[in-house]
Amino acid sequence: MIAIVNYRAGNLTSVARALHYLNQPYQITADLPILQEATHLIFPGVGAAGEAMAYLRQTHLDLCIRKWVRMGKPMLGICLGTQVIFEHSEEDNTVCLGIVPGCVKRFPENLQYGNQYLKVPHMGWNHVAFQKKHPVFRGLSEGSEFYFVHSYYPVPADDRWVIGWTDYGIRFCAALAHKNLVAVQFHPEKSGRPGLQILANFCRWGGKDAQ
Amino acid sequence: MLSKRIIPCLDVRDGKLTKGIKFKNNVDIGDPVEAAREYYEQGADEIVFYDITASSDGRNIMIDVVRRVAETIFIPFSVGGGIRTVDDMRRVILAGAEKISINSEAVKKPLLINEGARAFGKQCIVLGMDVKKVGRNSRIPSGYEVAIHGGRKYTGIDALWWAKEAENLGAGEICLNSIDADGTQEGYEIELTQLISSNVRIPVIASGGAGKPEHLLDVLTRGKADAALIASMVHYRTYTISEIKTYLNGHGVKIRMHW
Repeated sequence: MIAIVNYRAGNLTSVARALHYLNQPYQITADLPILQEATHLIFPGVGAAGEAMAYLRQTHLDLCIRKWVRMGKPMLGICLGTQVIFEHSEEDNTVCLGIVPGCVKRFPENLQYGNQYLKVPHMGWNHVAFQKKHPVFRGLSEGSEFYFVHSYYPVPADDRWVIGWTDYGIRFCAALAHKNLVAVQFHPEKSGRPGLQILANFCRWGGKDAQ
Repeated sequence: MLSKRIIPCLDVRDGKLTKGIKFKNNVDIGDPVEAAREYYEQGADEIVFYDITASSDGRNIMIDVVRRVAETIFIPFSVGGGIRTVDDMRRVILAGAEKISINSEAVKKPLLINEGARAFGKQCIVLGMDVKKVGRNSRIPSGYEVAIHGGRKYTGIDALWWAKEAENLGAGEICLNSIDADGTQEGYEIELTQLISSNVRIPVIASGGAGKPEHLLDVLTRGKADAALIASMVHYRTYTISEIKTYLNGHGVKIRMHW
């Protein structure tokens, strides 16, 4: 069973609907024993880092998730769920879970592409240039695009963990893999077929990044 | 870089499409869920539903439509029409819509934009604007006036002022409909789109007047729109969304071509 962590960060039903479509058994839960039982963990989220971390600490879900990751079972972070796995976020100056070394930064003001000012949030479809092979990102066509909505972006401490880069005035990490954890800044549940492919791959993944 | 979005718009009344939409073999489809599925498969980047239902019974039917759409397509979609309160917004979002759009109600009660943005995030709140060219005067310095109730009632509000005000209040996006161009299939109102788009820092979806792929090219380049709304030109199967996208891509517009 796949557990979708419910930490009151936005609407989790769209991830659930995608799993339902893929015929994957899932549960949206914040219940620690159920989370322990799960084979896969999805950590989604929309909203602000400060509030999300406060809730995770208050409910001890932070400890549970850290423990979960240490067990080596596969975990997928999505959007805000990806951002809070780092050590720190500039959003609300928040100390985060610290599962992956690195931080989260805000897109600079006056971001430019040519002579055109770019709008923040970065919202819409953008290309992800996949750098490495990884079982969760298998079977995607070269030109695949994904749906993004965010004003902050992850900066892993080591570029070797980056699976895919995206360009929005600056180049940022849109997908990363770190041991048994994969994390994406975009929304696979709203990215059409390529997004569903990533979710389906994740459900089959055993947590090892061997090919 | 972000791709320009191509967004079909579906009008729904009492859970049914108001105009039958023609598909393969010229079959008419009256079911919004099936139409959404077809456009999703043709490569739509997003879908807009506009609920023109008058009764509250019809509104519950719409929630059910939203739920079924969310189970069928896996791209963002928005729902507008008849949304008056934060609770109305919540029902639609929980049923699976990514965004909600408000129009007349936001003019009557601007703080609704702010309340919605605080409850669900700015990216969820689309301000719909119906705008008519009236000529510049002291009251309407931009020469474009905002209308409500489907363009039937003029407000005396300047369109450029309202767009900036809505951005300040927390709108995440503007869907800009030209009353003059709407239904003509003779092209978008480029001047208006350019004016609004270059004066706000939120995305602008151009609406009204699309009849040929050239019109989209024009509004996405000269008009500086971030997205283009289309209706009749795909509903009557004059073009498919993939044909339009192939044309735009061939003319140097950044378009999502793999779906």
